Amino acid sequence: MEGVQLNLISKDKLDKMASMEKLRMILESVKDGKIVVLESGLTPEEEAKLIELTMLEIDHKNFIGIEIETYPQKEKSFFGRFKGKKGRLTVIGPANRLKTIQKKEDLITALVQLG
Amino acid sequence: MGIIVSLKKKFGFIVNLFLKKEKVRIGIYGPPNAGKTTLANRILKDWAGDVMGLATEIPHETRRAILREGVKIEVDGKSLTLDIVDTPGLATKIDFHDFMKFGLSEEEAKKRAKEATEGVIEAIKWLDDLDGILLVMDSTQDPFTQVNVTIVGNIEARNLPMIIVANKIDLPNSSPARIKSAFPQHTVVPVSALKGLNIDKLYKSMANKFG
Repeated sequence: MEGVQLNLISKDKLDKMASMEKLRMILESVKDGKIVVLESGLTPEEEAKLIELTMLEIDHKNFIGIEIETYPQKEKSFFGRFKGKKGRLTVIGPANRLKTIQKKEDLITALVQLG
Repeated sequence: MGIIVSLKKKFGFIVNLFLKKEKVRIGIYGPPNAGKTTLANRILKDWAGDVMGLATEIPHETRRAILREGVKIEVDGKSLTLDIVDTPGLATKIDFHDFMKFGLSEEEAKKRAKEATEGVIEAIKWLDDLDGILLVMDSTQDPFTQVNVTIVGNIEARNLPMIIVANKIDLPNSSPARIKSAFPQHTVVPVSALKGLNIDKLYKSMANKFG
């Protein structure tokens, strides 16, 4: 069967991984044409680091970057400042295959191109 | 990440409550084509009599961060000296074919794309050396982009004071209200950096927020 591979990664697995380990795993999968769905998402710092790593990997031929979508963060409480905040459900894919059609506060609509 | 940088990020906002800096270093951030350099040029034109850089319709025109030091602004008797960093547009993807649509040759487009990737990395690195942020969004576009969400998340994580500049209000389909509703916890100032509309209100907000 032809199609696009989806990797759905649980919060438990993500919690056991170091940041760089997580980011490398995501980037390698996405460069391989897979769509990665993270149950618990990334922290804002991890997202920024993922963008940095992505920029280093862009070869202007086979890999032009990533499409990443997650819901916006809820308002931060005073005590929330003192602990790292994880994002919510996050979808990451290669930019030439995954295209966001519409993103709202509580709904993300995306298109995945086959092959 | 070093422990000092981590502590600065978490507790810097408390220190800032008690320490007034002589100079405040602010970064102008946003996605490509939001009007960052146009805003930097407007601020410099109004307060220093010159400009920061070239602004064009081609995305990623600014591919190196540009620092301009010692820009003094005065609002309602309050004086504030700024070091302004105009940063390259943040993006998660850069396709050289997009530049060819603006008439660039393949070679020029590839060169621009390579420089743009380096510019994105440089913009992210600058976040650790700033005292405040002007986050520029195009008010004719949907504000719920991942780039906007990621920048806001990182600024919040660093506890940096921020003003969201809802730019391009001179255009008929602009909707600063959409930006306000997307980021209700932050100060949003609608302006047209190109035409100078509402720019005094932005200077007032900057004096209050960064002063």
